[in-house]
Amino acid sequence: MTHTLKTWQKPSITPHQLGTLNKFGRPVGGDYVEKIDGVAVDDLLRDYGSPLFVLSEKRLRDNIRQLKRAFESRYQPVIHAWSYKTNYLNAVCATLHQEGSWAEVVSAFEYEKARALGVPASRILFNGPHKKRAILERCVKEGARIHIDNLDELYLLDAIARELDIFTSVTIRLNFETGYTEAWSRFGFNLESGAAFDAAIRIGNSSHLKLRGLHSHVGTFILDTRAYQVEVEKLCDFMELIEQQAHALIDSLDIGGGFASQNAVQGLYLPTEQVVPTMSQYADAICSTLITKTAQREAQGKPRLTLILESGRAVVDDAEVLISSVVGSKRLPDGRASYIMDAGVNLLFTAFWYNHKVKPTRSLQGIAEETVLYGPLCMNIDIVRQSISLPPLSVGDSLVISPVGAYNNTQWLQFIEYRPAIVMVHENGEVSVIRRAENLADINSFESLPDHLNGQFNFSE
Amino acid sequence: MKTNTKKIKQLTIAVTGMNARADNPGPGVAVARCLREVIGFTGKIIGLGYDVLDPGLFQTELTDAGYLLPYPSAGEDELLSRLDYIQQREKIDVLIPCLDAEILSLIHLQEQIAALGIKMLLPTETQLQCRNKDRLHQFANQIGIKTPEQTPITSSSFFYDCAKKGWTYPLVVKGQFYDAGIAHNPEQAVGLFHRIAAVWGMPILVQKLIEGDEVNLTGLGDGNGKLLGAVMMRKRAVTDKGKAWAGMTVHDAGLLNAAEKLVAGLTWSGPLEVEMMRDKHGDYYLIEINPRFPAWIYLAKASGNNLPWALLEILHQQPLSELTPPIAGTLFIRYAQETIVSLADFEAMMMNGERAVAV
Amino acid sequence: MNTQHHPEHPLDSFLAVYSDSLKRLALNDSGFVFDPMSGQSFTVNPCGLELLKLMQKQADVTLIEQQILQEFAVSADVLERNFLEFSEQLRRYLK
Repeated sequence: MTHTLKTWQKPSITPHQLGTLNKFGRPVGGDYVEKIDGVAVDDLLRDYGSPLFVLSEKRLRDNIRQLKRAFESRYQPVIHAWSYKTNYLNAVCATLHQEGSWAEVVSAFEYEKARALGVPASRILFNGPHKKRAILERCVKEGARIHIDNLDELYLLDAIARELDIFTSVTIRLNFETGYTEAWSRFGFNLESGAAFDAAIRIGNSSHLKLRGLHSHVGTFILDTRAYQVEVEKLCDFMELIEQQAHALIDSLDIGGGFASQNAVQGLYLPTEQVVPTMSQYADAICSTLITKTAQREAQGKPRLTLILESGRAVVDDAEVLISSVVGSKRLPDGRASYIMDAGVNLLFTAFWYNHKVKPTRSLQGIAEETVLYGPLCMNIDIVRQSISLPPLSVGDSLVISPVGAYNNTQWLQFIEYRPAIVMVHENGEVSVIRRAENLADINSFESLPDHLNGQFNFSE
Repeated sequence: MKTNTKKIKQLTIAVTGMNARADNPGPGVAVARCLREVIGFTGKIIGLGYDVLDPGLFQTELTDAGYLLPYPSAGEDELLSRLDYIQQREKIDVLIPCLDAEILSLIHLQEQIAALGIKMLLPTETQLQCRNKDRLHQFANQIGIKTPEQTPITSSSFFYDCAKKGWTYPLVVKGQFYDAGIAHNPEQAVGLFHRIAAVWGMPILVQKLIEGDEVNLTGLGDGNGKLLGAVMMRKRAVTDKGKAWAGMTVHDAGLLNAAEKLVAGLTWSGPLEVEMMRDKHGDYYLIEINPRFPAWIYLAKASGNNLPWALLEILHQQPLSELTPPIAGTLFIRYAQETIVSLADFEAMMMNGERAVAV
Repeated sequence: MNTQHHPEHPLDSFLAVYSDSLKRLALNDSGFVFDPMSGQSFTVNPCGLELLKLMQKQADVTLIEQQILQEFAVSADVLERNFLEFSEQLRRYLK
């Protein structure tokens, strides 16, 4: 045959639904992600397999520097404590510790991980509702800053400090209404009920505990910066009160995390760039309130407060993507296109509440149509995107899902599939495996088989 | 460069909000009608909409061409690139946005849109935010205008013990962006709370219900604190969705006075609609400020104030030729009619999102 | 030729039943498809349009597939798989 053959696309026909809004955008095809920080997606998949998580060291460093600049240009001193639960891959933590971030941990496991990585205890903030005696003893001996969550913990910690005869500086976590967020009343001591004041008095009466810090966390994915203004005001008012009445001298206010990332929360109607505040807007709201509220205190000659931030999502979310490949396609009975991907909610826990960006890795031809992206699990809930407009895809096509840096590498599941490799693209363009793909030996290594169950399987002929 | 009136009459004007579901029309078709009926107007009107069933996109008596825009949720880049595409074809001089959800994107894109050669008369982002549902009361109270008492809540338990804090039923339950309902008891309130929170998120706003007459005003803020061309309307009959079915122009000094204070306080720039309630004691409560012309804007033109035309004159530093003191007692009755669309026009809108100028 | 009830190709029976419905469709090169019987309109992609045009001309699946294989860079397997899925869509919409 002499003439060139025309390109084939999967044939498809879509009925027009009138009376529901008809999406209209530019025809897609031009918008695709071929490289990540200069490294070709095809090369990454060839070398490390699919699916694959890819971290950008450059983006991670840029993000933390931008956050620190936004705050330090308005107020000093500022400490950023890296929220381990958001992403505790050693390479991520180490990058942020190189940038000066402390560690914020919420379990014995995270504490041990930070210590093993080489973080001094004095640079660790230990949060969370679950701290057993053994880990509290270690923290007291090593000098980590414990954020007390409840009265039982307070009494236990007081006993430990007395037994070991170590003077221990502590922080208490508070919860309260801001009027802009749902109160997380299960964590810390409630302000309105007086529980927080009682705790402060109790610490003030302790021979070995010194109340030095106040902490609260007003929520997650906070879109209204006024929530932080109210938070800082309430923390400062409470500080005034207990410094007068509970023999406390506060050295730091920890305002927690909760800054939103540019991820689209499901059900959010406006474009993210209109609802997600910039880092400067967060910093402005927090620092200007803090400066106003502490002016008088500083005039009295009390030490300047350290502002502690525990922002996780806003630092790491957009520094990581997940590359996934199409393994099958199916036309649904209602007419929508659907694809089966090799990554699902087992790897992408955040798909339950975000509409992640999904972009092809090459220019796709054809008319975009309403599409469902399914993961590989044999479960109905395994949906990466419930509704996204995509041109027809073929088996083997890869898609870049972003941003995925927050919570996915800590909340992922080893359910029926191995967890894939994670690579980091460095600023010089080199690529390192920072967590290799799992294999059968890894998973079986946790198990042991009693002798009498080994072999002698009785299958009928 | 100075444009004279004759030149204004030759402009190409794009108007959004071409939707007109019979029970809840957008303002765009009425704005287009105000412009089209100016004697001597020979310019073009480009209808911009979001849905194939927006009738203004097809009504040749009102628009010369129609285009679909991407949804606000698609982001500002998408909107700009679509406007760029339309601009290459239509050479738009002025854009009059008529839907609330567009205004913020257009404010953000103002410079880029001006670079395309398109003028707009918009409020600033700060002015726009002052009238957000969750901030309006702060601003209004500062300048001495009453608003229904309002509080943000994040838990539905409020509705069971709110009587202790002085909140009695019926109450208004509102989302921070859109949606509202009246609750007569805690059960209804909790239902509304969850329905609205699921779509619009927290916090939910609870407002005291003001009983009385709803009075509305439309006009133009000149950006220096002056309210131009005010026209007032009282709804005389409403549909079962609470939208105007019939309304009459009125002279309401209390309403006018409040609107003048608001425009001065905000130094509002551009079209606006002020919605207020007058209770049985004759007190006025501000309900909402909309950053655009209302759907009943043709009544303003019919009673002597062609506000869309005045907007063009302001943008071109021309004397305001179409503003006369409005006559009270002009009635409008809203009705539905069928717009006929050929299969070819339907196809063009469905496939390409446009109905180009007829050749 | 097999004259039994068993069709040789899974699409034979589809074309036998839907041939008339397919012929009534108004096809436009823009990809706009209009069914004058139901008043329903559709968008079809270029390869789908090609198949619709061929199916309006003839009801022999083998000939249609041969025609496509001559013009397009596609294997017989993939074409059959895609054609089957396309016919499922048409079955649903042309009822």
